[in-house]
Amino acid sequence: MDLSLIDINWQVITPQIILAVFGFVLLLLEAFLPKDKKGILPHLAWIGIALSFFFSVNLFGSGFSGFNGMALADNFALFFSFIFLISSFLVVLLSISFLKREEQVRGDYYALLLFATLGMMLMASSFDLIVIFLGLEIVSVSLYILSGFRKKDPKSNEASMKFFLMGSFATSFLIFGIALIYGNFGTTNLEKILFLAPFSGVFAGASEFLLYAGIGFLIVGFGFKIASVPFHMWMPDVFEGAPTPIAGFISAGPKAAGFAALLRIFLLAFSSIKPDWTLIFWILAVLSMTTGNLLALWQTNLKRLLAYSSIAHGGYILIAFVSGSNSAISGVLFYLSAYILMNLGAFAVIISMGSKEKEGTDLYKEYAGAGLKNPFLGVFMAIFMLSLAGFPPTAGFFAKFYIFSSAIKSGYLGLVIIAVINSLISVYYYLRVIVYMFMRPSAEEVKPVSIPFSLGLVILLTGIGILALGILPQELLNLAYNSIF
Amino acid sequence: MPSDYAFVGLFLVFGVAFVLFVFLLSKLIAPYKPNPVKKENYECGEVPIGQGWVQFNVRYYLFAIIFVIFDVEVVFLFPWAVVYKSLGFFAFIEMLIFIAILIFGLVYVWRKGALKWV
Amino acid sequence: MPSLYHYLSLSALLFCIGIFGALTRRNAIGILMAIELLFNAVNINFVAFARFIDPQAIVGQVFTIFVITIAAAEAAVGLAIIILIYRQHKGVDVDKVNIMKW
Repeated sequence: MDLSLIDINWQVITPQIILAVFGFVLLLLEAFLPKDKKGILPHLAWIGIALSFFFSVNLFGSGFSGFNGMALADNFALFFSFIFLISSFLVVLLSISFLKREEQVRGDYYALLLFATLGMMLMASSFDLIVIFLGLEIVSVSLYILSGFRKKDPKSNEASMKFFLMGSFATSFLIFGIALIYGNFGTTNLEKILFLAPFSGVFAGASEFLLYAGIGFLIVGFGFKIASVPFHMWMPDVFEGAPTPIAGFISAGPKAAGFAALLRIFLLAFSSIKPDWTLIFWILAVLSMTTGNLLALWQTNLKRLLAYSSIAHGGYILIAFVSGSNSAISGVLFYLSAYILMNLGAFAVIISMGSKEKEGTDLYKEYAGAGLKNPFLGVFMAIFMLSLAGFPPTAGFFAKFYIFSSAIKSGYLGLVIIAVINSLISVYYYLRVIVYMFMRPSAEEVKPVSIPFSLGLVILLTGIGILALGILPQELLNLAYNSIF
Repeated sequence: MPSDYAFVGLFLVFGVAFVLFVFLLSKLIAPYKPNPVKKENYECGEVPIGQGWVQFNVRYYLFAIIFVIFDVEVVFLFPWAVVYKSLGFFAFIEMLIFIAILIFGLVYVWRKGALKWV
Repeated sequence: MPSLYHYLSLSALLFCIGIFGALTRRNAIGILMAIELLFNAVNINFVAFARFIDPQAIVGQVFTIFVITIAAAEAAVGLAIIILIYRQHKGVDVDKVNIMKW
């Protein structure tokens, strides 16, 4: 093959290259710096993320593509890049004091965070299933390691092992699906598939079967990555066992990346055969919402509660796949932006409540009355919980509102009724956290905690962000609407 | 179609038969005069310690893992080498970057002390 | 000449064996090996499709190379995780590694 046929365009992937370079530098510094100088490593990590963000902003609106559609810088990709970079930035801030507390200030942790972010950006910014798969694997492998980062903690080890075994099992389904789709169309390029999908496949005869089997396998694989029921089993265990900032990270970036790839594959490439797969997403959405919310009711461990809530929120987002209109896609973008803010804020509060000995996750023992002793944490936790439950005037309300209203417009009233009932159920367990924090007598061991600067900053930023999006959602919604493919 | 598989079957039969035949032949012709030194396990000329069938030390796993990773990266070098001449200078630089990344990994592993026998 | 169907059947068979192994094994290393089988089933699919479907025969082969590499990386990470588990539990039986439930 002639190399000149490949349109090499480095500009398109500058944000990714920056992350990769900073990742390698962090790895090398981890290996060569003396132990007492490692405090600078997290600062290097967030500088890298900020630089990458800067270059992504510069690319916004350009619509560049390169490497024969393998790398894209369309607005859709860049909007997701913003989501990933912001969530990684917040997670780096969360990790600074957490790792100091654990006496584990290490560069490889931040390097893996950067690599995971790079992988997510690859997933969102490609037209080619090869690159989507590679990005997904970069994310997954980094996360397997990160979730087992507390090497001495049996829970962390178990989380890592379960994540790894189930994750690679699901990956094999995903690539089997990609193989079948490749067999059907003779290409892995989504743009070409979009063009070919309405017609019968290249490989006449068995084409229908190959295509539908491939779509089924793809849904299983991605369903695992976004933790939709019935492929959700890993998420609660990984959340409970993984280091708290990593649990927050998994709930934010990788999930959004999975949705980005799903959006591109199903609502772009397979949009012409939408009636064939709508029902599957309908079922997944209903199962995820209902199971997630019902199981969350019983949780007393806040990290597990947030895991089930994350599964339920995944269900709400899947509604947009059923309706599939442009306003639904922009609704997903809005929802994910709001979701990373409220979820990472909640995780920041959990980290602040914890210490080296305890994780700060037990609702009864560690949160009873804690809101009165730590008014700052209490007030902001209330904001995050209200937003997760979907009360106005928070971002969570508008996120749900846009997705539900677009589904009604597309004629899926039944699905929206189920979703609203689910939202009402979820109010119970979100409000229970607030009730415990403010209206229960405090337990003995609940004391005022000192909040490190970086954690306070995350809580403040996410809290303000949620309120700002709740009061003035139009700006972000316009941006999201301009960012659909 | 089935006739193609007949060839495979024929090869299989001949392959197995040939191996059996050679073993039988050596059994028939070769003299058999064992002594303790001859029956020892062969370990590159060293005096062997213990049995050959032992559980390997878990310390080997690090080397094995590192080997697995670096071994597989070669898979990218082969196709590159095959078409090297028609690709030109740019592909050469690309491959240098690729190898540089691998070397980063090796340096990290080395500095972290994973190559030391502890 | 074996046709595409033969390769697809082989791959499907291998995939089923892999799934069976991954679901029934209790030894973590055994599950890892079953997962490697799954990856290899996919590789057979890709190479067969590249040979029979794709006029340029490039995408499938390139994908196979990537899958091989990723499988190696996953195996390395997985083995490291299993070693951690071994140190904690003195064994790699996944049924016994079960502190967290529901």
